[in-house]
Amino acid sequence: MVSVLRHARRARHIAEQVPDPELPMLTLADLGVLREVEVGDDGTVVASLTPTYSGCPAMAEMRAGVATRLRNAGFARVEVRTVLDPPWTTDWITPEGRRKLAEHGIAPPGPAPRRVSGPVPLTLTPTRRQVVCPRCGSADTEESSRFGATSCKALWRCRACREPFEYVKEI
Amino acid sequence: MSDDNVYMALAEGHEDDTRWAYGTGFEDPLHGVDTTVPDGVDAAELAALCVALGDDALVSAQRLAEWTTRAPELEEEMALANIGLDLLGQARLLYSRAGQADGTERGEDAYAYFRDPDDFRNVTLAELPGGDFAFSMARLLVLSSWRLAHFEGLTASPDPVLAAIAAKGVRELTYHRQYAAEWVIRLGDGTEESHRRMRAGLQQVTAYLGELFDAYDARDEVLAVLRQIADAAGLALPEMTRDDEGPGRQGRHTDHLAPLLTELQSVARAHPEATW
Repeated sequence: MVSVLRHARRARHIAEQVPDPELPMLTLADLGVLREVEVGDDGTVVASLTPTYSGCPAMAEMRAGVATRLRNAGFARVEVRTVLDPPWTTDWITPEGRRKLAEHGIAPPGPAPRRVSGPVPLTLTPTRRQVVCPRCGSADTEESSRFGATSCKALWRCRACREPFEYVKEI
Repeated sequence: MSDDNVYMALAEGHEDDTRWAYGTGFEDPLHGVDTTVPDGVDAAELAALCVALGDDALVSAQRLAEWTTRAPELEEEMALANIGLDLLGQARLLYSRAGQADGTERGEDAYAYFRDPDDFRNVTLAELPGGDFAFSMARLLVLSSWRLAHFEGLTASPDPVLAAIAAKGVRELTYHRQYAAEWVIRLGDGTEESHRRMRAGLQQVTAYLGELFDAYDARDEVLAVLRQIADAAGLALPEMTRDDEGPGRQGRHTDHLAPLLTELQSVARAHPEATW
């Protein structure tokens, strides 16, 4: 029993350290997509991941990364499952993850928009966001494109230091 | 990694075999999800709904992808390709769910590549050629508003898998609608020429609203959005006429669907057993 627990802790630690393929400064734990890591009585490791965006092409890579690292660490039987519920939002990104994003010149997301259940909310004007330039710290920034090089990022520019930067948009 | 030939480098063996996000041989996107259809849910109805919503998404994604290299600006190409990618992801999840629910255990590729136009259940608005950029934005506004309302409803689906797919999609669709709405306003409230073309695009799209509302009645939500955006754009909301050739939900399509599918399916059909 004790050894199963120790295995589970070790397996969890290994899975947590897998880097995200598109934001490699983040681990899967920082990104908040690793939901559970369990070790069964027969030694099988079951890791559960949740996708960020429905069409995120990095999902297969994440799954493969978790399986490979666990196998290389001596876990012979590894299963990586998908969990859809509850859906991932940018609120799952840890404070540590946000710090790392900013350190690497990517503005971290603000709080995810609250989804109102029932009828479609009709306010289409974007909530006024305060995005701080990750390079110079100025709040005098503007969006240049809501869609960037990956599903999760938007393109912004800083009017103070004139540098463009990426921004993990709230979802 | 081989430096002399980029294609050789791509084909090289890797530690893991799922590195590349294109081609066939993908892992099931619902891998490991509990896929039992709960008691009280009509499996055939669930499968049909998943196929129809998957077809809307796949066909829309293909039309959006056609803008790549042809959009007004690079930023717009990225935006349209990103929106298409979200929809493609929704289609993959929905097709996988359909294959489990209808008992055939077909994978996503069977639905996307190996069905003929008559078997597709997408609304006909999705299959119309991209045409003018203004038309494409009007269509995106209508389809994303309608799909958003539909998905909002489906978050309460008795099927937990479909409910989870919908909950995920709602957040994505909100961004799509926002993007389209901003363009409709920008063009409608722009120059005389952009106003004229935006008005024509909106006119063309409204003729297909009836088919959408027959498939899922989100009349109030969609019309309220259209009215709100048309007001902001200085456009009058056109009379709702009806001249669609559908309904696509019953497999009746315009002549535009077959060529779209021919292109989409050509490689998979030329090499039906291939994985790459």
